[in-house]
Amino acid sequence: MMMLKRKSKDSKTPKQSASHKKWTIGFLIAAACIWTFYTYIMFRLPDSLQTIFQTWLPPTTVNEAMVWVICAIGLNIVVGYAGLLDLGFVAFWAIGGYSAGWFMSAFFRQVNVHIFAPHQTLKTPGIHVTFWAVLFIGGIICAIFGMIIGAPTLRLKSDYLALVTMGFGEIIPQVFTNGENLGGFNLSNGTKGISPVDNIGVPGKVLGPFDFSWKFAIFVLLTAVMVFVSLRLRKGRLGRAWLAIREDELAASMMGVPLMSTKLAAYAVGAFSGGVGGVAFATHVNGVFADRFNFSISIILLAMVVLGGMGNVWGVMVGALLVAWINSTGLPAFGDLVNNTFKTSINFPSYNFLLFGGVLILMMLYKREGMIPESRLKAIMHEADDTSANIGGTH
Amino acid sequence: MSALLEVKDLKVAYGSILAVKDVSLTVNEGEIVTLIGSNGAGKSTTLRTISGLLKPKGGTITFQGQRIDGKEGHEIVAMGLCQSPEGRRIFPRMSVRENLDLGAFLRNDKEAIEADRERVLDLFPRLRERYEQKGGTMSGGEQQMLAVARAMMGAPKLLLLDEPSMGLAPVLVDMIFETIIKIREQGITILLIEQNAAAALDVADRAYVLESGRIKMSGNASDLAKDDAVTKAYLGG
Repeated sequence: MMMLKRKSKDSKTPKQSASHKKWTIGFLIAAACIWTFYTYIMFRLPDSLQTIFQTWLPPTTVNEAMVWVICAIGLNIVVGYAGLLDLGFVAFWAIGGYSAGWFMSAFFRQVNVHIFAPHQTLKTPGIHVTFWAVLFIGGIICAIFGMIIGAPTLRLKSDYLALVTMGFGEIIPQVFTNGENLGGFNLSNGTKGISPVDNIGVPGKVLGPFDFSWKFAIFVLLTAVMVFVSLRLRKGRLGRAWLAIREDELAASMMGVPLMSTKLAAYAVGAFSGGVGGVAFATHVNGVFADRFNFSISIILLAMVVLGGMGNVWGVMVGALLVAWINSTGLPAFGDLVNNTFKTSINFPSYNFLLFGGVLILMMLYKREGMIPESRLKAIMHEADDTSANIGGTH
Repeated sequence: MSALLEVKDLKVAYGSILAVKDVSLTVNEGEIVTLIGSNGAGKSTTLRTISGLLKPKGGTITFQGQRIDGKEGHEIVAMGLCQSPEGRRIFPRMSVRENLDLGAFLRNDKEAIEADRERVLDLFPRLRERYEQKGGTMSGGEQQMLAVARAMMGAPKLLLLDEPSMGLAPVLVDMIFETIIKIREQGITILLIEQNAAAALDVADRAYVLESGRIKMSGNASDLAKDDAVTKAYLGG
């Protein structure tokens, strides 16, 4: 972190940090507005207006979108910073979710552990740890899994690595789906899932499942922490090593960048973020359910990162919010509108992958660097083709 | 003069195919040593093995009296063995400044890094003009200068240059070789891998001729430049 204040780097840093400042302020203001709106204004509006908001932007969608943002920011470290394609990020989301299930519920009835748990849980058996600690526990378990999957596979070239991560993303949810009886041990309660999970305790209050605006504030806080960590890492020594690997792995190793540990760090930090997102999601839906963790989540997360702007946290955040909204509310609401107006019965939500696929193809054709690109990608991706010939180099 | 780098009976294989069959060479402190040979003779393989990117099948590599075969690439760089790779491989989306920063990735001595930055920018004034330009947008010659400058930012005791003249216009080739002499004057030992044997023998003190993975000849560069066999095979005489 000392590197940040290096004099010689001044020439470009102020501009970038000024833009980060603008985005940070914008993010906080937007979050504050949304919070105020849903806490104080919405229920005072006339019914017709309330219905419109409930249809097009219900608070639960906003909260869920924030969970997607947290995970997408994590994936951005792996894909956007270090340039490692990961098609199995859902595994970390799932492990995070089950961490919440294990440590914040009455699931393990055989034991009776309470650590800073909300007082309502004190009479119930099971492991009840406060949400704030479980965030870390889930994150760390994911980081460890990230390194376990990374250690043997990160030597692979990108396409093969992508395949292995895809397999990992399939295996982990399968383990949870079939984890009802692992040699007599019930790990995951199978397809029934673990529900409910404990409420979140904040100073002086315990949040109920419908305290949307409080949860929103907490998710915003988590997002802010993830953004902060992302930006700090990006500017520091580790961030430079990631970028070097993304640009040219062989050259990076010739500069003395230790490839394995640098890549593992990207996996671990990304996975940690996925774990935090998973814990947050479990509290959002008040449980963990194995069938929710499927391949499409990995793909949607990747689409968020690519659409938003690989490597740019703010772009990824905007991409995640947009895609999450379209997926959960925008498309169904739009479909209802069309169906009611034209008396049709088209199942719009079922076309979501057609839509995302189409958008991705269009983006790759016309705006490869994403909606809000990282500055260095923007510069190079719109150069004439002969420059890329100059860049040369195979792998 | 003491041996800075000593390669003994080196064997390197890609799968079951031996690319380097028997290479022994010595680089003494303060020398420019060149390893010449035609395409596919095993030059780059030798060099990649020295810098730790490939693991040898047999033989030893000693740098400053320490065995380095089997060490990881970054450990070798940290010992002061830096290279400008074949095909330049600069970071195309990073500016000259960022490329140089990465050259000094393993160093923490801020003041010395800044001093080295000035030193390499003096050596390549062109890079100073292009300081904030993205590497990928520069000409081939400028990229080559950047590749050498970047390697020098690692504070090398031994600088490995892999085909620095490849694909460059003759005037730039001359310029690069003049710079190589200047770098040696700064006290950096150089191992130069070249296909352009004439130019390499011109700047080097000693030379090794590599053919099909074996050292065929070695000796003073000026002697080899006059040798009939070398002239015929590599100097177009």
